[in-house]
Amino acid sequence: MIQVIAFYLFAALVVLSAVCVITARNPVHSVLWLIMAFFNGAGLMVLVGAEFIAMLLVIVYVGAVAVLFLFVVMMLDIDFAELRAGFVKNFPLGLLIALVLLAELTLGIGAWTVGGIDLGTANGHAAATLGTTNIASIGAVLYRDYLFLFEAAGVILLVAMVGAIVLTHRDRRAPRGQQNIPKQNARRPDEATVMRQPTIGEGIEL
Amino acid sequence: MIGVEHYIFVSAILFVLGVLGIFLNRKNIIVILMAIELILLAVNLNLVAFSAFLHDLTGQIFAMFVLTVAAGEAAVGLAILVIYFRGRGTIAVDSVDRLKG
Repeated sequence: MIQVIAFYLFAALVVLSAVCVITARNPVHSVLWLIMAFFNGAGLMVLVGAEFIAMLLVIVYVGAVAVLFLFVVMMLDIDFAELRAGFVKNFPLGLLIALVLLAELTLGIGAWTVGGIDLGTANGHAAATLGTTNIASIGAVLYRDYLFLFEAAGVILLVAMVGAIVLTHRDRRAPRGQQNIPKQNARRPDEATVMRQPTIGEGIEL
Repeated sequence: MIGVEHYIFVSAILFVLGVLGIFLNRKNIIVILMAIELILLAVNLNLVAFSAFLHDLTGQIFAMFVLTVAAGEAAVGLAILVIYFRGRGTIAVDSVDRLKG
């Protein structure tokens, strides 16, 4: 019973937050509603026993992505009223497309529910290990079957990080692409570093 | 009792709201990025729900990969947004037609 109540509470709140994200006048409010939506989505995931993904959602989305959005929204000086100009004009078309999409999805779910599509059953190869926590089972499957995909995900994050830095890096003294390679190669340890033997408690003069 | 259909319906509504958000805020690229995050949340919810009701952890692992890609996409998207704003002083999507491609 309490599971049903919790499900409907989380589901209603996640849908409400999503509506507020796309209709809020102020993008800062949009980001805050997005955080709310992620928290409730995480709650829905906890209800089916996927604690690890739920906590990951909170950490990654609320802790990193939403804060990134907040930073960008607050740092850029943008006239948001002007950007909302087409809101009413686009509303009928957007609503039409959304309704068509929703109808299609509902028909698909309905066809599946009455047994039109056989989803098949899992072969049990990646089933949760009995007697362990969700995170331990995920770890077992992840490092056994999806090790290379996992490392590829790490490479994707590295590429995204390097890309973001290269795109936004701005240094007036040494603009991007002016690395002096001969100078860098000619540098020797004896001219770049010094050894000192400072007296204890007196510090060092640089 | 709550079945997998309930979860599919919630994530279908969430997905549609994300698509609607892209159409409604056609000029504001920040809200478009947030709508894309909503769509990815709907996808993740679907993957996790099926994974739980089929007793197969693959769905949760793929939800993790979707999360990775979503984080990378948000970082690179916002970086592009910042340099675009630096150069043009606006983030209106309509004016991104300089290349006339």
